[in-house]
Amino acid sequence: MSDEPRSGSDGEDLPAQAKRPAQPEATAAAASEIEKTSEAAAAPDDAGTPDRPSASEPDAPAPTLAIWVRGLTKKFGDKTVVDGLDMQVPRGAIYGFLGPNGSGKTTTIRMMCGLLTPNGGQGECLGFDILKEAQKIKEQVGYMTQKFSLYEDLTIRENLDFMARMYRLRNRKARVDRALEELGLADRQSQLAGKLSGGWKQRLALAACLLHEPKLLLLDEPTAGVDPKARRDFWDEIRRLSKQGVTVLVSTHYMDEAVQCDYIAYIAYGKMLISGPSAAIPDMIGLHTWRVDGPNLQALETELRGTEGIEQVARFGAVLHVSSTNEARLRQVAEDHMAKSVGHWTEKKAELEEAFIYLMTGATDNFSNGVKGVAA
Amino acid sequence: MISISPARFFAVLIKEFIQMKRDRITFGMMIGLPIAQLLLFGYAINSDPRYLPTLVELNDNGPVVRSVLAGMETSTYFDFKGIVTGVEAGDRALRDGTANFIIVIPPDFEKDIVRGRHPDILLSADASDPTAVGGAVGAMNGIINSAIKQVLSGPLQASAGSAPPFSVTVHRQFNPEARSSTNIVPGLLAIILSMTMTLITAVAIVRESERGTMETLISTPVRPTEVMLGKILPYVLVGYVQIIVFLFFARVLFDVPFDGSVQAFVVGFNLFIIVNLALGFLISTLARNQMQAMQLSVFTILPSILLSGFMFPFAAMPGWAQTIGAAIPATHFLRIVRKIMLKGADLGDIAVDMTSLSLIMAVIAALALLRYRQTLD
Repeated sequence: MSDEPRSGSDGEDLPAQAKRPAQPEATAAAASEIEKTSEAAAAPDDAGTPDRPSASEPDAPAPTLAIWVRGLTKKFGDKTVVDGLDMQVPRGAIYGFLGPNGSGKTTTIRMMCGLLTPNGGQGECLGFDILKEAQKIKEQVGYMTQKFSLYEDLTIRENLDFMARMYRLRNRKARVDRALEELGLADRQSQLAGKLSGGWKQRLALAACLLHEPKLLLLDEPTAGVDPKARRDFWDEIRRLSKQGVTVLVSTHYMDEAVQCDYIAYIAYGKMLISGPSAAIPDMIGLHTWRVDGPNLQALETELRGTEGIEQVARFGAVLHVSSTNEARLRQVAEDHMAKSVGHWTEKKAELEEAFIYLMTGATDNFSNGVKGVAA
Repeated sequence: MISISPARFFAVLIKEFIQMKRDRITFGMMIGLPIAQLLLFGYAINSDPRYLPTLVELNDNGPVVRSVLAGMETSTYFDFKGIVTGVEAGDRALRDGTANFIIVIPPDFEKDIVRGRHPDILLSADASDPTAVGGAVGAMNGIINSAIKQVLSGPLQASAGSAPPFSVTVHRQFNPEARSSTNIVPGLLAIILSMTMTLITAVAIVRESERGTMETLISTPVRPTEVMLGKILPYVLVGYVQIIVFLFFARVLFDVPFDGSVQAFVVGFNLFIIVNLALGFLISTLARNQMQAMQLSVFTILPSILLSGFMFPFAAMPGWAQTIGAAIPATHFLRIVRKIMLKGADLGDIAVDMTSLSLIMAVIAALALLRYRQTLD
């Protein structure tokens, strides 16, 4: 088990989750709408596409979707990095994009904003064809790269000013001033961007891609290497933007970020393994969880890890969450322990935290051509 | 006592070979290029040029004239391209580079020999490149002497006495003192501009992708032309500064004249700068990092120095090498600069070179735009 899941144990992320009670219904409704609209329509302009799937496939652009792609494929040489990916991102949602390193997240994001040309598949971003209308997509999308990619040898203000000019913004000076003010960097505006710490660089990069008030934010592991405080601030900002109707597609490795997303998509080896509203993910995996507390958890944790049929033992503060997709076996293990009075066992609903750990620990780095991830 | 661990030494050695193998472009340049250059330059360069284009102003004709011309042709130094009429036409041919020599046979040449008046044949040489014409001029005396021996038999035997019946006067035009600095310094402008302009542009653009800033740049709605123009123009200004500094030192330190049209010069160097920047742009689309960009730029410099006529006379190269040379931008700009500074040329005189430069420019720009991707593919 990695260190990551424990970061949820400080409880700070739980309020975030609690803030989303209305979400499941809303997203479920949106999802069913997606299904309906997509089945009804057949896009006339893709009739000539040779690899066009049958008409029953999800297909046409729906106004409720910020992004839809189908059969998206990208090859580098003979290596298929993204393999027939389907994805639908509803407008206004925070869409979490999970997957191990090398699973094709960055490549997918780059194809969506026109930085890479797909070898196959089709899709739309904000109603524009990702193959033919990259220019229009770029006007309305804010893309934040994984690695800091503003000019380190320009000052903070010069960087923002440059980006503002790239989008031909009116009232450029006022907008840059306001961005500096909001960033809290107004008094350091003539400092070189390269001298900023990781957290500040990330905030500057976000400010830079928000200058033109994009309708869609594509964030590629935006908080990698950033301290927890800066990460929380960053996510406060993301939620604020989402409330204003901005769609956010964010790739991440962090559980505390994943649980703040309305939707989750998990990819491995360039294939979409699971996707849906966050709350539905544990059920989609078929994960069941029991909560255990009591003395001497360390020994119990070690024992349970060696127990056949127990797929996951995660520690959350002073309790263990014991999970398995085999409900009967899990119940049996729980009852055995209760009979021996080892720990205090209660059945709980599997949450996104358990699902996240399940997905992330099941996967290995995807750079090798070895065995496929077990998460599927 | 310092001890060297063979194991560690070998570890470094092996690592170095692995890295060498990974960087294919560098590896190719280390092995392939020297061979290519050896063959190319080894066969192409010849500092004793033959078959120099020569025109004749024929004001008289007869056995002696024919013998002299035949002797010149068999020496292989001179390649007769045709006849000119009038001094002006000859001067123009020398200035625009269609001929390196003009032979002027004076009127009544044959009669004057018979009468013992010792007429003069005038050999006008384009001495702006002293190396190119040096050999031919040096061979002239021998050619004349053998021509005299062949012809002056029979009725003319009498005039074959102690003094030769006629002589050749060599007139070195454009660079009467035959100073090599007069030739080299204007040529250097072509080399310096090629080197710096190409290199700076290539590196400036590759730096963008190497540091990752290209990703943010092309995620904005910016278009390739905007990037290309915006990145290139600052370096055009750098080029201007270089030219001004160059002209100043050429005059003050090397006493190189500037005889031609300033307007033609301005038009010429602007085109040349743009060609080099486009070349730099093309290189930037081929190189993956700044190091490779630098190596590729340096690679384009050697042919510019060796095959352009800068260091060795263009006319001395075999035909295939001249073809390669003609594809090098520096070759044409070199001619433009020499014509304007040394030969007092104007726009009309450099039209041919400007056309060639424009053609090269079109090809390079087309390749660069074709190679440039608006995506990260």
